[in-house]
Amino acid sequence: MDRRRVALGRAALLGIPLAFVGLFFLYPLVRILDLGLRPDGRLGLGVIADVVRDSNLRGVIAFTIGQAAVSTVVTLALGLPAAYALSRLRFRGRAVLQAVAVVPFVLPTVVVGLAFGGGEGSLGALVAAHAFFNVAVVVRVVGAAWAEVDPALEDAAEELGARGWRRLTAVMLPLARPAVAGAATLVGLFSFTSFGAALLLAPPGSATIEVEIWRQTSQFLDLPVAAALTLIQIVFTSALLVLETRVAGARIEGGTALAAARPPRSRGERTFLRVTAIGLSLFIVVPLARVAARSLLGPEGFTLDRYLHVGEARAGGLLRIDPLGAIGVSLGTASTAAVIALAVGLPASFALARGRRDRSLPWIATGLPLGVSAVAVGLGSVIAFRDPPLDIRSSRWMVPIAQAVVALPFVVRIVAPAVTAIRRDLAEQAAALGASPWRTTVDVTLPVAAPAIGTAAVFAFAVSIGEFGATTFLARADAPTMPVAIVRLLGQPGSASLGQAYAMASLLMIATAGFALALGGTAAVLGGRVAGGRDQTLERSRRAGAGS
Amino acid sequence: MKPAIAAVTATIVLGACTTGGPSSDRPRTVTLLTHDSFDVSEQVLKAFETDSGIDVTVLRAGDAGQVVSRAILTAGDPEGDVLFGIDDNLLHDALEAEVFTPYASPRLEAVPDAYEADPDHRVTPIDRGDVCVNVDTASFASTDMPRSFEDLVASADELVVENPATSTPGLAFLLATIAEYGDPGFEDYWTRLRAGGVRVVDGWERAYFGEFSGAGGGEGERALVVSYATSPVAEVVLAEGPAERNTVLEDTCYRQIEFAGILAGAEHPEEARALIDFLLSREVQEDIPLRMFVYPVVDDASLPAVFADNAVIPAAPLSLDAEMVAANRTDWVQRWTDVVLR
Repeated sequence: MDRRRVALGRAALLGIPLAFVGLFFLYPLVRILDLGLRPDGRLGLGVIADVVRDSNLRGVIAFTIGQAAVSTVVTLALGLPAAYALSRLRFRGRAVLQAVAVVPFVLPTVVVGLAFGGGEGSLGALVAAHAFFNVAVVVRVVGAAWAEVDPALEDAAEELGARGWRRLTAVMLPLARPAVAGAATLVGLFSFTSFGAALLLAPPGSATIEVEIWRQTSQFLDLPVAAALTLIQIVFTSALLVLETRVAGARIEGGTALAAARPPRSRGERTFLRVTAIGLSLFIVVPLARVAARSLLGPEGFTLDRYLHVGEARAGGLLRIDPLGAIGVSLGTASTAAVIALAVGLPASFALARGRRDRSLPWIATGLPLGVSAVAVGLGSVIAFRDPPLDIRSSRWMVPIAQAVVALPFVVRIVAPAVTAIRRDLAEQAAALGASPWRTTVDVTLPVAAPAIGTAAVFAFAVSIGEFGATTFLARADAPTMPVAIVRLLGQPGSASLGQAYAMASLLMIATAGFALALGGTAAVLGGRVAGGRDQTLERSRRAGAGS
Repeated sequence: MKPAIAAVTATIVLGACTTGGPSSDRPRTVTLLTHDSFDVSEQVLKAFETDSGIDVTVLRAGDAGQVVSRAILTAGDPEGDVLFGIDDNLLHDALEAEVFTPYASPRLEAVPDAYEADPDHRVTPIDRGDVCVNVDTASFASTDMPRSFEDLVASADELVVENPATSTPGLAFLLATIAEYGDPGFEDYWTRLRAGGVRVVDGWERAYFGEFSGAGGGEGERALVVSYATSPVAEVVLAEGPAERNTVLEDTCYRQIEFAGILAGAEHPEEARALIDFLLSREVQEDIPLRMFVYPVVDDASLPAVFADNAVIPAAPLSLDAEMVAANRTDWVQRWTDVVLR
């Protein structure tokens, strides 16, 4: 009886996210693939063979794989030293650096493109942008694994003669192997599906599959080829997602335990720390400073005009974009999207934490939006949502819903591991003391998971406010969101257009960086709380048991 | 006229059936599906809404290509009543897919016949935004200034163009060279441009802001770029401080017209016709030059002063037959790629 109720509860919890992903992601995707690959009712798989035979498109596929591989290697090379320094060594400014490292990840790709932009584009610029964007993934995922390594183990290794570099390669790296593999697959996935950065930075004549899908649909109106490319993209990204699942709960958020950190000991370690900290700061701060500096540099030197007159552009009739309106619309839609993503992602996370059996399917299902063309899904929703009762294709809910679909994988990947850890630890004790599952969730799991949920909310908001790919493919009656407005400004001549684009990019950057830093602050506070708060929580779980 | 009356009657009957009340109670609305760059002044739109009693909803959905592919996907069951922003290059596919329904606006009287693309009036020309080579005049002594396609070969190391496989102005410029030199003559011309050091980039933003020395706020060093006929005016209007002084090479201009059409299966056909008439009205035609940096198509609209002072209106831009472009585009772009990028 009890077991059946639990199973039923899990089904209900899973039902919400699966229905959401199914309706707003899989259904439009299937509709567009169906239309593209079955134009006259017969399955035309021949078009896939045509794509593979076409030397240009084969070049696109090869370029996508190649740049993703190079981006992953470079990101790991830059991220691993940073992850080690930030998770194992104690130094001044560590909390700040930890927060700064996350900033690029939540920045809109449009801003990253501007930061690395200029000229005809190159593989180097694209790889640098991907590394900049994804270094946070390595720092978070691998850092979390290293933070859990007992310092005594490192000491023992040292005493047994594995010093310095050798200690790293022989002990620390093998210990973090699953995390490194997980981080690598995630970085590979993000680089593989790159759109905004690839559009602005790829060398002439080359494109990622995602960019090519956009071209085929909007320049050549060739739906079958776009559908075939979408399918090829899904094959690759699903493989990466399965890999991610296999290498064991690769996590974006680990909640770095600060207790494992110690001050640097040897001179080599101090040098390593200095180089890593300065290198990481420069790598992250210089591109951002470039965008900010350009927004402040007018024809006659330093100017604040683009900020002071940000609301007057419309009234003056000079620019065709209302920056304040764009900011307002962006804040509104991103908040709505974050609420939706949490409403869907939290049940999914709890269901994942509860399940004892195979979790990979829901994990992959909620991860799929990371790896499927937003272009294809956007076009699919045009035909999927036109008939009653689902005639919502041009409703104002579509943009926040699409952004929530994009943010959902992050929410689940942040909250599910946290909830899993809590359940194992505390909830079983509460249950043993007689608390009902519902009471356990409300009184124990939710309060302890609150910081993770807060982090997830901030991430969902930041991802939504910077989202460009899916947003641009939906019909919008409102003013443009900030990323859409920046792209529009970049599409017209004039120094005022460029200046205003840089100013809006800076505002967007400040908004998202502010949230990321707040997130860093939360994590630091959380670190203290987890260390000292365990007894308190246990106390709470006892009370919950007693109260039922 | 008869089909119109039938349509109106049908609308009224349908309206009465679905709402169960008299149709005059229903607020009159019309939805315009368009690209992100569409813009008319608020007061102009408000005046139309007040005068006609029709509420206008503007739905924007990405660039022109994205909007047209949506319209093709939903042919017969459209998202709006009117589509604005389809250009010559996309027209063929849209007409094939029966996206539009015919309407001949009385305002077409003021539009030169040369701008009409469809004898059945399924689309109506609204504005002209020709693609031309732009010149940073500061970089050339007036005697050295290139004027023709042939002159461009000598200055190819100053020229930056967009890849026609990835960019609309890039495609227009390729078509201009085909209109000038024919097929296969264009291959030889591009071979010479390549030997002269022409630079190719993927998109307009990169070409203009990244490579062109005449871009205000940009950092480029090349004095010639493929852009729009109105870009020199936009440089003046949208300048902070002293504006760049650019002009266009009139002989290199390729005609590009933006059309609007009533979508087949539109819910509000009568309002849609009023909206097309409105887009061709003098108010809108005189408003859009400064809103979208395009030229009006009606001959009774006067241009803003800044256009009169700074713009070159190409008198006889190059153009090719739309059917021929549709039939050969893929082949031309492929051969261009072989000649220039391989």
